[in-house]
Amino acid sequence: MGAVRNILRWLVPLGLAYGIVLALIQVGVINNYLFATMMTICINIILATSLNLVVGFTGQLALGHAGFMAIGAYTCAIITMRVDGIVGFVLGVLAGAVLAAVVGFLIGLPVLRLRGDYLAIATLGMAEIIRVFINNMGITNGAAGLSGIPRHVDWNWMFFFLALTLVFLWHYIRSAHGRRAIAVREDEIAAEAIGIDTTRVKVQTFTIAAFFAGIGGGLYASYFYVLQPSQFGFLKSIDILVIVVLGGLGSMSGSIIAAIVLAVLSTFLAQFTDLRMIIYSLLLVLIMIFRPGGIMGSREVSLGILGKVFGERKDPAAMVAPPIVKQDDEEVPSDEEVK
Amino acid sequence: MTEFLQQAINALSLGSIYALIALGYTMVYGIIKLINFAHGEIYMIGAFVGYWTMSVFHLGVFEAILAAMIVCTVLGVLIERVAYRPLRRSTRLASLITAIGMSLLLQYTMMYFVGADPRAYPALPDYMNASFSLGGVVVKSQQLVIIGISVLLMILLQFVVKTTKMGKAMRAVSQDPEAAQLMGISVDRTISFTFAIGSALAGAAGVLVGIYYNSINPLMGIMPGLKAFVAAVFGGIGIIPGALIGAFVIGGAETAVSALGYSLFRDGVVFAILIAILIVKPTGLLGKNVREKV
Repeated sequence: MGAVRNILRWLVPLGLAYGIVLALIQVGVINNYLFATMMTICINIILATSLNLVVGFTGQLALGHAGFMAIGAYTCAIITMRVDGIVGFVLGVLAGAVLAAVVGFLIGLPVLRLRGDYLAIATLGMAEIIRVFINNMGITNGAAGLSGIPRHVDWNWMFFFLALTLVFLWHYIRSAHGRRAIAVREDEIAAEAIGIDTTRVKVQTFTIAAFFAGIGGGLYASYFYVLQPSQFGFLKSIDILVIVVLGGLGSMSGSIIAAIVLAVLSTFLAQFTDLRMIIYSLLLVLIMIFRPGGIMGSREVSLGILGKVFGERKDPAAMVAPPIVKQDDEEVPSDEEVK
Repeated sequence: MTEFLQQAINALSLGSIYALIALGYTMVYGIIKLINFAHGEIYMIGAFVGYWTMSVFHLGVFEAILAAMIVCTVLGVLIERVAYRPLRRSTRLASLITAIGMSLLLQYTMMYFVGADPRAYPALPDYMNASFSLGGVVVKSQQLVIIGISVLLMILLQFVVKTTKMGKAMRAVSQDPEAAQLMGISVDRTISFTFAIGSALAGAAGVLVGIYYNSINPLMGIMPGLKAFVAAVFGGIGIIPGALIGAFVIGGAETAVSALGYSLFRDGVVFAILIAILIVKPTGLLGKNVREKV
């Protein structure tokens, strides 16, 4: 029964989201512009939740997510331009994800022994190296980039991959692997003392995050059909990190909310083209000063209705995490919220 | 051999510019453990202040450097006061994001006012454009000026940090802020002072880069900023001589890669060196491995 309930916890909201958007598309409410924004949101959610696994749940500050995204995007683009049809697309996305994961594993193995800021700067450097390579390879067409990538992504595919990411991460975090990751975040030395192979945990989560970043990149390539190495610079990694931090470290629903909020914000700011980035960065600073834990802290949105329907069971998400951000005004989930 | 010496001169000029920026990074990191991403932007603003001093007020190079240093000092202290001080007790990540936010804010505010197009630096006086050859090696006098000013500022910094009372306070705070406070050192003032010195050096570096590359734009701070930070990490962050060694290694590597004809891979090589050194020695070249206490 517990398993069924756990599955319903994601099945219902995901099903609802899928149905509502599909209905809106059928009715014609969602125009092309809105649809493009929605696609960006979905891709950002994939990128942010996967990065959250590393930064929020394992506590390792990685600044190179754009590098893995670039690997996924270019692999997918190169394959779909050579293999026709939907087969090429699926093959491309998966190959990109696998390649990103392999690179993530190979880089993560040595780099993840570093701590804190050293890790941040090493991963940042890694992403830059990936970009330099893409910039200078023949198959990626160098700095000019690739264009005319066949567009295969529609709402169904996008939703499929989004759901895949979210469901996988949701269960991963609640599995023994996820608990180990959280233990590493809370106290690395204590985790080691109780027999957790911390390097293994870190490399594992890093590889998984790279895999999903690869998927995100593949979808990006397929939907936006133009790729340039400059799109995957330092700023892109920062963009993704900002979503994670804004949403709350260690809160998947926070990342989702933040991705949507930021997309809406940037759509709204689009009318002030010149001032857009100024306002964006100003907001970033202000949010960090006044609410450094992000929108959600490390809590998850729990569906109250579901909780009532399916009886009183402790939310595993709430059990998982005392907030990593220890500050006075941060509310620890009270019993009422937990039930 | 001549070719080698020629490149060595180039490497030395580039390295001394990186060193000026890296010193600011390393001092700030040493004292509040924050990667001050806005540092690269302070350097960019320094370049613009120098540009205006020379083009609008028609003053000389040295006045431009001085003006840039003063403006950047004020800016650096202001940023610390407004953005970083409120966050001193929150997580490292929150401060880091704030620093990134500040960096974006400065970039785009600058872009809003001056536009994104690169500008050429004002014409330099003749003595700066002169070049002479020493046994086949062509040395430009601006390179000498760059190296000279950098060395001068570094000696000054060394003097401040090693012998003055404020320098002593800086070292004390970076070792243990609480103990320093108990000894009657004002931690806030010391941190402000650190930002002031670091920003002044970055401002000077900005003008020197403007002279050296003859082109400035609002986004010019990103890459040199990152590379200077790499230099600081390479030498062991928080350690002043380490930053110098790192800066010259990075400058040298970059010049060497360009000279060998792989200039497109320049940035990649810099970061590859960084990752290599971190893997071999995770605390940087001169860093000491501090045992973690439970």
